Amino acid sequence: MAIHPPEKRIWWNEPLEKSEIIWITIAFIWGLVMFFTMVFWHFTGEQNLSNEAYRIHPETFAERTEAMVDQYTVREEGDTGLPVVRPPPGSDVYMLARLWEWWPILELEEGKDYRLHLSSMDWQHGFSLQPENINIQVHPGYELVLTLTPEGIGEYGVVCNEYCGIGHHQMVGRIHVVAAK
Amino acid sequence: MASIAHTGSLPRAAEFRTCPDTGLKVDLAAEKLIRWNAVVAVVFLAVGGFFGLLVALTRWPAVHLLPAEWFYLALTAHGADVLLFWIIFFEIAILYFASAILLNCRLATPRVAWFGFWLMLAGALLANVAVLQGESSVMFTSYVPMQAAPHFYLGLILFAVGALVAVAVFFGTLVIAKDEGTYEGSVPLVTFGAIAAAIIAVFTITSGAIILIPTFLWSIGLVSHIDPVMYKVVWWGMGHSSQQINVSAHVAVWYAIAAMVLGAKPLSEKVSRFAFLMYILFLQIAAAHHLLVEPGISSEWKIFNTSYALYLAVLGSLIHGLSVPGAIEAAQRRRGYTKGVFEWLRKAPWGNPAFAGMFLSLVMFGFIGGISGVVLGSEQINLIMHNTLYVPGHFHGTVVAGTTLAFMAVTYLVVPLIFRREIMFKKLAQWQPYVFGIGVAGISVFMMGAGTLGVSRRHWDITFSDAPVAFEYPGTAFLMMGLNGVFGVLSALGGLMYVVVVVSSVFFGERRTEEKARAEPLLPQGGAAAVASYGSEGTLKLPGTITLVAIFFTAFVLYYFVNWKFLSEVWPLS
Repeated sequence: MAIHPPEKRIWWNEPLEKSEIIWITIAFIWGLVMFFTMVFWHFTGEQNLSNEAYRIHPETFAERTEAMVDQYTVREEGDTGLPVVRPPPGSDVYMLARLWEWWPILELEEGKDYRLHLSSMDWQHGFSLQPENINIQVHPGYELVLTLTPEGIGEYGVVCNEYCGIGHHQMVGRIHVVAAK
Repeated sequence: MASIAHTGSLPRAAEFRTCPDTGLKVDLAAEKLIRWNAVVAVVFLAVGGFFGLLVALTRWPAVHLLPAEWFYLALTAHGADVLLFWIIFFEIAILYFASAILLNCRLATPRVAWFGFWLMLAGALLANVAVLQGESSVMFTSYVPMQAAPHFYLGLILFAVGALVAVAVFFGTLVIAKDEGTYEGSVPLVTFGAIAAAIIAVFTITSGAIILIPTFLWSIGLVSHIDPVMYKVVWWGMGHSSQQINVSAHVAVWYAIAAMVLGAKPLSEKVSRFAFLMYILFLQIAAAHHLLVEPGISSEWKIFNTSYALYLAVLGSLIHGLSVPGAIEAAQRRRGYTKGVFEWLRKAPWGNPAFAGMFLSLVMFGFIGGISGVVLGSEQINLIMHNTLYVPGHFHGTVVAGTTLAFMAVTYLVVPLIFRREIMFKKLAQWQPYVFGIGVAGISVFMMGAGTLGVSRRHWDITFSDAPVAFEYPGTAFLMMGLNGVFGVLSALGGLMYVVVVVSSVFFGERRTEEKARAEPLLPQGGAAAVASYGSEGTLKLPGTITLVAIFFTAFVLYYFVNWKFLSEVWPLS
């Protein structure tokens, strides 16, 4: 026996108050607005993550990346002599993640489209393009292909923002955006 | 001493005392379990909070306290100790309280409950040992294919099974209460909220077991491969959905504190219960929040799941956002604070740490944790936030400012009622929710700021001094990290105040005898009835609450669209 008798026994039979109905209606409509904003952005927005992905063996991905590097390397940069690769606009470009580097450095032309392929050789990594602040998860065994259009000439950093062990904080890559020819 | 009644006809000869403050019948076995779960929870809070301080001091660029190896170890321990062990031990205490105590019932099978307790404790200790040995600095999330020592996973599995046992005891107690007719009609709202939390707990803990058991087998070489995307889908079925246990539990705690301190009743039982029901039905699919920028998952799946199916679980929280302050306003107006729009709020018991902590928790959970969570969980906006410090900024707003502060607040009632000790260092206790609350608000906001500027989470050195190529975050980002450190110290101080007050009160506080309870009642007239029985406040004019909700909603809408604007400014990608 409860110490006080219940005022009404069954909760779902109670009437609703007007102020609460109004708020529930507003909140529900707001939920619909937020839901359809995401859908809407797929049709009108320019920033949507690609749904194109494949399963891939890390070795296969490495081979394709190496082929691109062999063909289009223009110079080397950084303490470890990272190749700087300048593939033609519109082409397939690769960036692989491994403990603890992004490889290679890409040189892309402003305003041109590139099909960027991302995958990891070992653990998970996080492709974090700075200072744009575009962040994409990179998995081993999965290849994500997205179309990217660089805007703004300059030097961009690629930070790893998925924890990947003791060298995680050394894992920085680079993308150069240069004027179109 | 309290009177003890023997009920010999029952399968277990349960021993009860009658609580002098509330008149409730208290099962002594339940009381002991509540005490021990709460004590262990506070110990893990202290340990995990200490690791959190070390993390904050390392990420403060001017201090940069720990070497890299220790930093990642401390961060792993911080996550496990506070996010899992502190919160779930405390939640088990809440479940026992909301079932046995609030329903005037004996606890089902205390022996099994103790078995669950020891299993949880053994698991939590084992996981801590694994982390401290240094071979399991895999972060709380332990994403494969990075591997921890086998006993790290084993510890988590034991803990999860123990928690599942405790949840089963909770459900058993509900059955007994119904069977023995210890309450009439619907269960009280606080118990209803606890039931929501427990149902979600079954789902999440099972998800955890489904993924951690094969991962454990993989770590000892019996399974050859765990797919990293599949791991995340299932792991976050535990990792994110378990945060919804916290939401349900701390919302139940908000109602409980409002009821006990002010005699507040929900505006409408139907509306509040409906909101909890939304949690049960839709919160589970939030694993998607962590998969919005993963390869191999379609946008349709992401949008449906990340929005909790048309934001129906968010609807639940928005309803509580009206009905909790509304219940407080109604109770205060009933008590005569009727002048103007906000007299009820001005003259609220701000000197009572239970109330102050509860109200700060409510406001900060809504404004900081809630709004940022919805924005962060928008499929495309996630692109400019994923794995930046914005993410921990968001969840320190929910789990620390929301859940932890609410649990701290209710402790100021649990100590006198369940431990039957007076709170020591009353002044310290009065200030504690403010110091902790302001500290946590600071770390949440400044981490979110740093994240907006691109600063990575879980990162030892944002100057990249050892990297092959250089990159520099903007100066503002370093300022944010410094401020985050300062407020981290403040919240650690608030946490320390809590631990000092609680531990000294529990062990050395003056005993709260029956005479004392009668002379200085802890709860106002009607407080016990409000928390332990069913009943709505009914119609009332609530101009203050409506104003607060209007301010909140405006902030929400503006902040939401501002972030779409930010998104529209980054490189086009498709």
